[in-house]
Amino acid sequence: MARNSLGREIPETFAGKKLVPYSDPWSVQPHAERSTRQIRRIAHNGSKLVGGLREAIIASGLKSGMTISTHHSLRNGDRLLNELVREIDALGIRDIKIASSSVHVVHSELVPYIRKGVITGLECGVNGLIGELISKGELDCPIIVRSHGGRARSLITGEVPVDVAFLAAPCCDEYGNFNGFFGPSACGSLGYALVDAQHAHKVVAVTDNLVPFPAVPVSIPQSVVDFVATMPSLGDPKKIVSSTTRITTDPIGLQIAKHAATVIEASGYVKDGFSFQTGTGGISLAVAEHVRNMMRRDKVKGSFGCGGITGYFVDMLEEGLFEALFDVQCFDLKAVQSIGRNQRHMEMTAGTYANPFNCGAVVNRLDCAILSATEIDVNFNVNVNTESMGYLLHNTGGHCDVAAGAKVSIVVCPSIRGRLPMIRDEVTTITTPGETVGVIVTERGIAVNDNLPELKEELIRRKAPVKDIRQLRDEIQAVTGVPRPVEFEDKVVGLIEYRDGSIIDVVRKVRE
Amino acid sequence: MKIVKKGQAGTMQSSDLMVTVEPADELVIDIQSTVKKQFEHLIRAKLEEVLARCGVTAGKIGISDRGALDYAIEARLEAALQRAGGE
Repeated sequence: MARNSLGREIPETFAGKKLVPYSDPWSVQPHAERSTRQIRRIAHNGSKLVGGLREAIIASGLKSGMTISTHHSLRNGDRLLNELVREIDALGIRDIKIASSSVHVVHSELVPYIRKGVITGLECGVNGLIGELISKGELDCPIIVRSHGGRARSLITGEVPVDVAFLAAPCCDEYGNFNGFFGPSACGSLGYALVDAQHAHKVVAVTDNLVPFPAVPVSIPQSVVDFVATMPSLGDPKKIVSSTTRITTDPIGLQIAKHAATVIEASGYVKDGFSFQTGTGGISLAVAEHVRNMMRRDKVKGSFGCGGITGYFVDMLEEGLFEALFDVQCFDLKAVQSIGRNQRHMEMTAGTYANPFNCGAVVNRLDCAILSATEIDVNFNVNVNTESMGYLLHNTGGHCDVAAGAKVSIVVCPSIRGRLPMIRDEVTTITTPGETVGVIVTERGIAVNDNLPELKEELIRRKAPVKDIRQLRDEIQAVTGVPRPVEFEDKVVGLIEYRDGSIIDVVRKVRE
Repeated sequence: MKIVKKGQAGTMQSSDLMVTVEPADELVIDIQSTVKKQFEHLIRAKLEEVLARCGVTAGKIGISDRGALDYAIEARLEAALQRAGGE
């Protein structure tokens, strides 16, 4: 065991992999060539259509012990991964690692296949039951949680070699050109899949919407796609895009959004060239609404909006408030429709979005970003992975990437959730290091990190409720009482990888 | 006071709790809570404080808590007790 710079105990190895303890957000340097794959030449008039999933698995040469991937742009509506694993099992293939861009609640169906030994490792974070069972020790499957940028890095460096990528292709032709813009399972941007298409050893496009050649616009070209397979339906469209992304009506949420808007205004970045990212939560959208009004009022021409894109950002683009949107993932139907129509609504790969190991990710160009949290500690470290019972329930998403990139990263969080104080001495799990977090906003006040002294001064000048983070912690605990800590055993069941590949924290088995 | 019949107060909404009380020969407290691991000791202390203040020495007290704060626990238990007391 070694302690990383944040005091977390990191084992020497995990699942046979030697670990590098996290030190700081900036200093790890890559020592790798871009990962390679075999160049191939296919028969001049060969067909890529192989039939269904089973035929595609056979054609791809998938064998026991290999690694597969899928993308999560269909989110909780995805049918491909469950169906794929069923077929892999039926073919008698075992010991498969999953390196998808994320695993959702809908993929709880994989649990029996993990127990059976079909799936023996998760090279990606998970949302929901699988993580809970692993945390309880009821499911034995090593899990490595990566951020969006970190996952792109791990494929590009070859650290996670994906043998076969099965990529849901909502609009695809028989020669493998595809996009996510159209069709019954349209999901918009294929930002995550774009990385797999370039780096997986074999690429299978799986579609429920085969269109006459060519499928345009081409997001992923025929030249990188080995096979095309069909299945009746890639996903449940109602669950692919969330139609419930709307501004919060909760008074606490609205108060938080107002404070966050004050922070953004005080940052001085809301001027021509402004760039901004929010999530899809009700509070984030309420902040976006404030920002939009500020930009209108001051006649600001922003530079770009980024991240998972919602209809709010589409409206701001179409209103001329931003020059462009960089979209790694569409969060609602309006965003899906826009990306197929607006030239300035750019599809962006997860690598370009957030990979720390390239010539500059888009997050580096962000002025202000709104992030969420499940817990925050007095050193500004943020947890989004584990919940109050200590179970691993959420994937990192772009959290630590955006925090590191944005000039002012603003974490919005109610001070209390179901009696649990959200600011504590130590978070259960560190997802994002405090060094990269600028401001914590709760309804009870605003805590500014010491690395933004000018912003703090300006907020005080504007009579915003700026408080020391320890004072906030004390105020909250006076209301909730001091919770007993959740107890853990020594056994490490998962890793939280920082975007650069170093280990920022581990997930231990919860003592029940 | 004495619990002479069933009484109930509260809701199952987040940050609230449901309290049910009914007559019994001795005092039994059953706590279900979404934050049992972290707060059972404080919830129990608050329940016992209110029961002692109201002079309740026997009864079956059940709570189903969704992360309520102390003042809500106090108010819901008092209301349930008043509904369960004899006229």
